[in-house]
Amino acid sequence: MIEAPVIERHGLKPDEYDRIVSLLGREPNLTELGIFSVMWSEHCSYKSSRVHLKTLPTDGPQVLQGPGENAGAIDIGDGLAAVFKIESHNHPSFIEPYQGAATGVGGIIRDIFTMGARPIALMNSLRFGSLDEPGSRRILEGVVAGIAGYGNSIGIPTIGGEIAFEPSYAGNPLVNVFCLGTVKASDIIKGVASGAGNAVYYVGAKTGRDGIHGATMASAEFDDKSAEKRPAVQVGDPFMEKLLLEACLEVMRTDALIGIQDMGAAGLTCSTTEMGSRGGAGIEIDVSLVPQRESGMTPYETMLSESQERMLLVVKKGREQEVERVFEKWDLHAVHIGEVTADGLLRVKNRGEVVAEIPNRALTDEAPVYRRPMEMPAYLAEVQALDLDALGPVPRAEQALLALLASPAIASKRWVYRQYDHMVRTNTVNLPGLGAGVVRIKGTPRALSMSVDGNGRYCYLDPYRGAMLAVAEAARNVACTGARPLGATNCLNFGNPERPAIMWQFAKAVEGIGVACRALDVPITGGNVSLYNETDGNPIYPTPVIGVVGMLEHADRVLSRRFQAAGDAVILLGDGFGELGGSELLKVVCGLVRGAPPALDLKAERALQELLVTLAQSQLIRSAHDCSDGGIAVTLAECCFDADGTAADVAIDGVDVARDERVNVAAALFGESASRVVVSAAPGAAPKVLELAAAAGVPGRLIGRTGGDVLRIAVAGRVAVELPIHDAEDAWATALERYFARRVA
Amino acid sequence: MRARVFVTLKPSVFDPQGRTIADALHSLGYSSVEDVRQGKYFELDLATTEAAQARALASEVADKLLANPVIESYRVEVE
Amino acid sequence: MKIAVIVFPGSNCDHDAYHAATDVLGESADLVWHKDADLKGADVVVLPGGFAHGDYLRTGAMARFSPIMREVQAFASRGGPVLGICNGFQVMLEAGLLPGAMLRNRDLKFLCEHVHIRVEQIDTPFTAACRRGQVLTIPIAHGEGNYFAEPDVIARLEKNRQIVFRYTTAGGEVTEAANPNGSAASIAGICNEARNVVGLMPHPERACESILGSADGLVIFQSVMQSLKSGALVGGTRQA
Repeated sequence: MIEAPVIERHGLKPDEYDRIVSLLGREPNLTELGIFSVMWSEHCSYKSSRVHLKTLPTDGPQVLQGPGENAGAIDIGDGLAAVFKIESHNHPSFIEPYQGAATGVGGIIRDIFTMGARPIALMNSLRFGSLDEPGSRRILEGVVAGIAGYGNSIGIPTIGGEIAFEPSYAGNPLVNVFCLGTVKASDIIKGVASGAGNAVYYVGAKTGRDGIHGATMASAEFDDKSAEKRPAVQVGDPFMEKLLLEACLEVMRTDALIGIQDMGAAGLTCSTTEMGSRGGAGIEIDVSLVPQRESGMTPYETMLSESQERMLLVVKKGREQEVERVFEKWDLHAVHIGEVTADGLLRVKNRGEVVAEIPNRALTDEAPVYRRPMEMPAYLAEVQALDLDALGPVPRAEQALLALLASPAIASKRWVYRQYDHMVRTNTVNLPGLGAGVVRIKGTPRALSMSVDGNGRYCYLDPYRGAMLAVAEAARNVACTGARPLGATNCLNFGNPERPAIMWQFAKAVEGIGVACRALDVPITGGNVSLYNETDGNPIYPTPVIGVVGMLEHADRVLSRRFQAAGDAVILLGDGFGELGGSELLKVVCGLVRGAPPALDLKAERALQELLVTLAQSQLIRSAHDCSDGGIAVTLAECCFDADGTAADVAIDGVDVARDERVNVAAALFGESASRVVVSAAPGAAPKVLELAAAAGVPGRLIGRTGGDVLRIAVAGRVAVELPIHDAEDAWATALERYFARRVA
Repeated sequence: MRARVFVTLKPSVFDPQGRTIADALHSLGYSSVEDVRQGKYFELDLATTEAAQARALASEVADKLLANPVIESYRVEVE
Repeated sequence: MKIAVIVFPGSNCDHDAYHAATDVLGESADLVWHKDADLKGADVVVLPGGFAHGDYLRTGAMARFSPIMREVQAFASRGGPVLGICNGFQVMLEAGLLPGAMLRNRDLKFLCEHVHIRVEQIDTPFTAACRRGQVLTIPIAHGEGNYFAEPDVIARLEKNRQIVFRYTTAGGEVTEAANPNGSAASIAGICNEARNVVGLMPHPERACESILGSADGLVIFQSVMQSLKSGALVGGTRQA
């Protein structure tokens, strides 16, 4: 008989326990309770999110693998597939930033090579508290070093990402890592166990007590005792993972393998259960055969350990030696720990004695599903109201621009990405900081473009629209490199779903993602949900992060944000000025988080993206950069950076600045209206660009020329910004490193 | 027996990690910490009961692998 | 020309070197497993970048115990051209093929970016096609590339003209700011006294195609092709 406090410590509610008893037809023992607790945790079961996730679009002719496997896959031609996914490692990164982030990278890499794909690119989306706080700087330094330490060692380039800073992430940083790999579509391997009598193998690092209850930890709010949970953090070993990666890819080239899955969250429990469940089979293992790093581990600990760099394989009966030989070559020892059975049960033995026996279905299909109550948060009505007249004094445009360029969210992230090996494998054709990450596919003329985006502030102000804007921005960034967006993955970071207001944010965001993904034809092929991101009852901004993957037909026609030559035409595609709601300007310069995020017309967005792909691949434009944080003024400045000092002279006309000139000029320069892209074109090509834009129904206008060394922007006929580009670039390029030069212990 | 091997950078080699730690201590107010040198520490469990043998063995592996004589020196303790 | 690219379990630039040699330069290359004891008749040996054995103790510390390293040593002592890139350079230092050692970068951070290096010596097989003083733009990617040797060793390197590459500005000037990692004498690469063994921290194999941002690394590989063709060099197998 298990006592109520023990049940509670396992994160199970009384009615969930009753459900376990009825599914088993008896009381569980402690090992079984542990297994249920991790499989039914939010992290593994998606019990709060599942009903909403089901509404997302996941199909399309390009989709080779949708959600439900270790990662999604899309068709990229020539019989090749791109396999990708994004995943969070938020809670571990708060407790121990270096190892939390490192093992996050390790986990997502395993998800990709488990599908048979060779990982070729990593990206990440990070959120921290204000950099003025030493604690946030320490977490950022640790997270970045951890990502670098793992990715650099294993030799997969980290080709880009995004970072944002808001006080709501101070006690709950977000570390979302994305990985992409390529594989022959016909060679995709799944995490499935089938064929009674086939052998179940364990390979990789030994099992220790690390990470026990990691999955349940990731499903509970933090409190001031969280620091005591330190032992639950896993330590990564990128060298072991490199061996596993190479050895597993080599094993997959034989046809001796039925299925494979990594032991991530909930370790041996989750991998055995999910593989059996997908194959409609059972799995029987003996935990005494599992290699153990520490002595005296109980079956409970062995089943729940989250030690890193471990894989579970199902091997065809009779082919065991072949598989063992490959692992031996890599100095890995594959251990035969059990068999596939026909009875649909997860049966765990310890030296032959059964210590747990649970139907796989009870752990997976029969896991609780909640349609949790929702309620529009009370704060929304107030924060959405924005009265520009009451804004108070707005600084001069030049000052505001410099302040924005030096704000951590907009400033150059070079200090971060130079710590990542972003060139290994010699495929990176768009270096970090220049736009979406682009890797060529060797042996083809093509390249893959990818971007991860999210805007927690927008989603805080309006989760539905904010989520749509995240999808649109990720896809637009991909289109700006000249690639056609093909598919998406999402990482949904939210607070405690048991609060109706949070659940409402979640549902609205998922709805927005669905609408935008349908309109832009980027189906969701997989992803991850991270809930309970709260500390002491303070939730993070709702933060859906979207990764979009697209394809360029001609890798050598890739575009970046940089102006390429003096004298080129500067053209604005898309239209709309003056939407200041939720903007970086309001936050950085006015200290306000208010207003409605910019409106989004998805039809116009799609037309814009299709136009960009056409213009880029026909080589009519030489650079493209989307207008997002900081509006068109920041976009124009960024187009000039890293461009050998080439500035631009631009005029923005047709905006009414009459009533309150300073506010209206600021709104024109720094408003973040969606679906706008600044492109540059050779003077002779400009008319054709405008003609194609008109034909596509995309507003297009010539706004200026590149050249000179002063960035000049006139609004409604009057010069509003006149900045030596060197000064602007200096403010932007050095801002981040200045935070870390001020070394604080 | 157990042997302990302490590996440190030679005095002539600049130790940026040690310097960073010293700077951090200074900024925390420990101005009397004049310098910090960091290093590596190894515990070797040896299948011998003889101290001289243990010391010789530990020194041998330190020479061969644990320390790089170009930049590092080491010290062995046996118990 | 036949290139042997040595593969340690943690090598991760092995395929990049192989790609540059075969797909870009059209030469033949073999990936040679570190447990093998045969260079398969190679004319040139490349020790690629990566983290040979995880490098938890010191970078490159374990690689010298791999069976293939005995062959590489023998090949080098016969005058065969050997190039060590990044971790390969670190392995060479640990194996005693070249003098000195690597410390952590001056600011303790891994650094990946394009840098400028000046070719100091052109009488090595890997710089024979360069101009003396030529500045190459080539990426670095390392956490421990801060070259160290005692002053007398540095003096000897200078005297024997063994410093092959130095970090400089784009204009070829040696400055403290242009030295990315704090290396002694701004050393980016050196050779042995016989000049056939060259190690450098920057990655020429990452700079062989303009689509990657620089093709300046090509000249390193073209140099060794030219040296072999002209007979100025005795490859490992040819003298036998």
